[in-house]
Amino acid sequence: MRKFSLGKLALPVYSVLALVFLLTPIAYTILFSFNDSTRSNTVWEGFTLRHWAQVCNRQDVCDAVTNSIVIGIISTIFATILGTALAIALVRYSFRARSLVSLSLFLPMATPEVVLGAGLAGLFFNAGVGAGMVTIIIAHVMFCLSFVVVTVKARVQTLDPTLEEAGADLYANPRQVFRKITLPLLMPGIISAALLSFALSFDDFIITYFNSGSVSTFPKYIYVAAARGVPAEANVIASAVFILAIVIVLATQIRGAIKRAKLAKS
Amino acid sequence: MATSNAFAGADLELIDIRKDFPGFTALDDMDLHIPAGQFFALLGPSGCGKTTTLRIVAGLETPTQGQVMLGGKDITAAKPHERPINTVFQSYALFPHMTVLDNVAFGLRQRKVADAQKLAVDALNLVELGHLADRRPQQLSGGQQQRVALARALVNRPSLLLLDEPLGALDLKLRRQMQIELKAIQLEVGLTFLHVTHDQEEAMDMADIVAVMNKGRIEQMGAPEVLYDRPKTVFVSKFLGQSNLFVGDIVEKNASSVSIEVGGNKITVDKKRAEKHTGKIAIGVRPEKADFHEKKPKLGADHIVIGPGEIIDIRFTGVSNQYLIDIPNVGEITVFAQNIGKSPEVALGAQVYVSWKVEHSYGLADLPSGIEEA
Amino acid sequence: MAFAAFGGGAPAKDNSTKRKGGPIVLALILPGLIYLGLFFMTPLVSLLVTALESPDPSGAIGAYFYDLNFGNFATVLTDYMPQILRSFGYAFAATVFALAISYPLAYFIGVKLRTSPLIQRLMLTLVIAPFFISFLLRTIAWKQLLSDDSGFVSLLHSLHILAPSQFFLGSDAAVIFGLTYNFIPFMTLPLFTNLERLDTRLLEAASDLYASPNKVFRKVTLPLSMPGIISGTLLTFIPIAGDYVNASRDFLGSSKTSMIGTMVEADFLQNWNYPSASALSVLLMGLILVMVTVYVRRSGTEDLL
Repeated sequence: MRKFSLGKLALPVYSVLALVFLLTPIAYTILFSFNDSTRSNTVWEGFTLRHWAQVCNRQDVCDAVTNSIVIGIISTIFATILGTALAIALVRYSFRARSLVSLSLFLPMATPEVVLGAGLAGLFFNAGVGAGMVTIIIAHVMFCLSFVVVTVKARVQTLDPTLEEAGADLYANPRQVFRKITLPLLMPGIISAALLSFALSFDDFIITYFNSGSVSTFPKYIYVAAARGVPAEANVIASAVFILAIVIVLATQIRGAIKRAKLAKS
Repeated sequence: MATSNAFAGADLELIDIRKDFPGFTALDDMDLHIPAGQFFALLGPSGCGKTTTLRIVAGLETPTQGQVMLGGKDITAAKPHERPINTVFQSYALFPHMTVLDNVAFGLRQRKVADAQKLAVDALNLVELGHLADRRPQQLSGGQQQRVALARALVNRPSLLLLDEPLGALDLKLRRQMQIELKAIQLEVGLTFLHVTHDQEEAMDMADIVAVMNKGRIEQMGAPEVLYDRPKTVFVSKFLGQSNLFVGDIVEKNASSVSIEVGGNKITVDKKRAEKHTGKIAIGVRPEKADFHEKKPKLGADHIVIGPGEIIDIRFTGVSNQYLIDIPNVGEITVFAQNIGKSPEVALGAQVYVSWKVEHSYGLADLPSGIEEA
Repeated sequence: MAFAAFGGGAPAKDNSTKRKGGPIVLALILPGLIYLGLFFMTPLVSLLVTALESPDPSGAIGAYFYDLNFGNFATVLTDYMPQILRSFGYAFAATVFALAISYPLAYFIGVKLRTSPLIQRLMLTLVIAPFFISFLLRTIAWKQLLSDDSGFVSLLHSLHILAPSQFFLGSDAAVIFGLTYNFIPFMTLPLFTNLERLDTRLLEAASDLYASPNKVFRKVTLPLSMPGIISGTLLTFIPIAGDYVNASRDFLGSSKTSMIGTMVEADFLQNWNYPSASALSVLLMGLILVMVTVYVRRSGTEDLL
């Protein structure tokens, strides 16, 4: 018989409570995607699948989400390419501008969004560039870049340079070494970086708000709608995105666990 | 086994190689010649420059000055992938994202050798791992990974195979087994091997020629037996086995030998076994070549007898006992005696004399550090 | 997942041989560096220039000319002092709360759950789950859950914590609550990445050397997790100081909870008072840089990126 100890139980119980706290508004949001409401989605009026079935009845919600997805994909592609190159350079090469590069990557992360947003908006305004999809994408690539670098850098640091040397030793020229060894080994880090980048872009509000002009994105739509009540269709979209993301993450983790178990066995 | 993908075995020559890193010189005017088909070992402590030498030969490091010649061709400027040289890395460096078979076939595919798949399977069979071809490297044991790394390099039939302490990560038993396998494979395929190691037993056991490196230079080079029997420097005498060293001024000299005086004892070395015949010199003897006696032995001029001294430590190591004997004004001497009942049974504190044959003495070119030239 | 982005612990072992870079390095860094120069550095300079502009003599709204009008800074300092104090006060309070809530959670997941990696990963997924759903919607959910006719407020009323005429939404407490909630994952992740690598043998060694559990925590665990605490607090404090969504009257705040961001947005997007918005932004950025520098220097961890 193990001795029952209150002290031993305190930490797990606390942790579960903390997670419940974190997840409560998520559950609420998902629940209210099924609320049989017409305009303001604040009071529970009964269960319905209506909003899920006809989510694009609210054309404005769907347009906003489409914009967010397009912006997220394009920004992610650019940020991932630029950031991966920077990460490789920072870990693998010594060069004089190192600290300058490190600083200019750290600063955007240490700058409040409202400053980044206002600064870019001022620049575009002064340069006479009208705000729209392009300015949003430019802004998103900028703030995603640093996060891509940090993520990919961690992966490059764990990459044993001897593997690339072994590739060269086995008759692969530098281009082939990069394509057949470096890139495949960095891929998990690059994919993580791209997912993070998309998530940051998709959920960004403040910087987007300053640089979007008349273009609507999903977060901007919610912010504007908050004054008069967010329609349940927005909950549907957010819930769908959430469930999709969670399923992907859980699947990867369970697959990883099975793989580890297999490795341990053999 | 002369397949079409084989490079001709070639001799390697390093001419006047120097390698500077920021703040220190790793290699200093290094010259080295390895004849084709030899098993050559570079032996030295970590930081002596042996790995740098290997990396320069592989093309992974560019020498600050000097030339690398392979089969008479200057390859100093050639990139690693342009050299018919393959390496078995210390960490094995197996590609974790490929199967064992794909690892082995990698070099062949890069060179677009026909039948890469079949040759790779053959190479895996040679190291007896054919049944693990579809595994990932991380699913194999250390010894298996080592053999895959060997197969991956050998399958290319390079002119020269470099081995960077490939056995270092294995436990003792496995290491001995791999040493035997490696030597057998080298004899079978007849390639030139350049093996870098800090394990003196491994080097002596496997190599035709051993070069002992220290501080970026080769101190001495030769067949293992010769190196052991006649070390020329303090470093070699201590790094390769153990040595008892005696330092003194030469007090007697004749046509065939020189003698020094140490604490009232005369220690003699044959002239042809001594590097220096004047001034202050160091003379050494291997611990297993020395004997000890409870009474002063009556031996001829072909023996050296010193003592008496006190036994201050006895260690049992199985096949032999190691005695530490402190002789006043001379210092501590180590004597190994095999446990075959020939040595006197003595206890700690016993007074004994130490003797050995003059022909086992060797005279060194330098003095132990801390001792001034007179 | 991209937990590494919140890299809490000691810098990862750098086992690479640094190569001298020639044209390859330029090809790798120039595109990114030029991009940051154009769209990060230039905007900051442009902010600084705009912050010194003066109103156009014509009096047209939104028209300004280049000047060296340092008075703009004095104006925003006096006009917006309540917002400045509130921003940093909220940020400080929410950071402390987030740390207090996150540390035990990160410790449990990172240290106690090591023996069961699958549960560890699942718990961690739940910690980052909020990232997958719009923070605006989550904040709105709290707004409904804590609304004036909610059970929570009735409870506060019946416990006499709130007077019958008082409500929770719109108060400083509500804004701090929302900020704390929204930034807990940003605090938990770096703490987790640090504590996950905590060598528990050190804890055993400490208790072997006669340290009580309390002492072990204060003398070993806490000092070793400092890098995680520092990146966690920075990743929380900086964005909170610049946030204004939680404090907005459409979310958890009211007109009495406006922050620096609220004023920048209003001046920039509604009042077209670009010099004022810029001066306030420059001030916010400057204050944060000073605080971060002092904080990082004092805690001795400068290797953040």
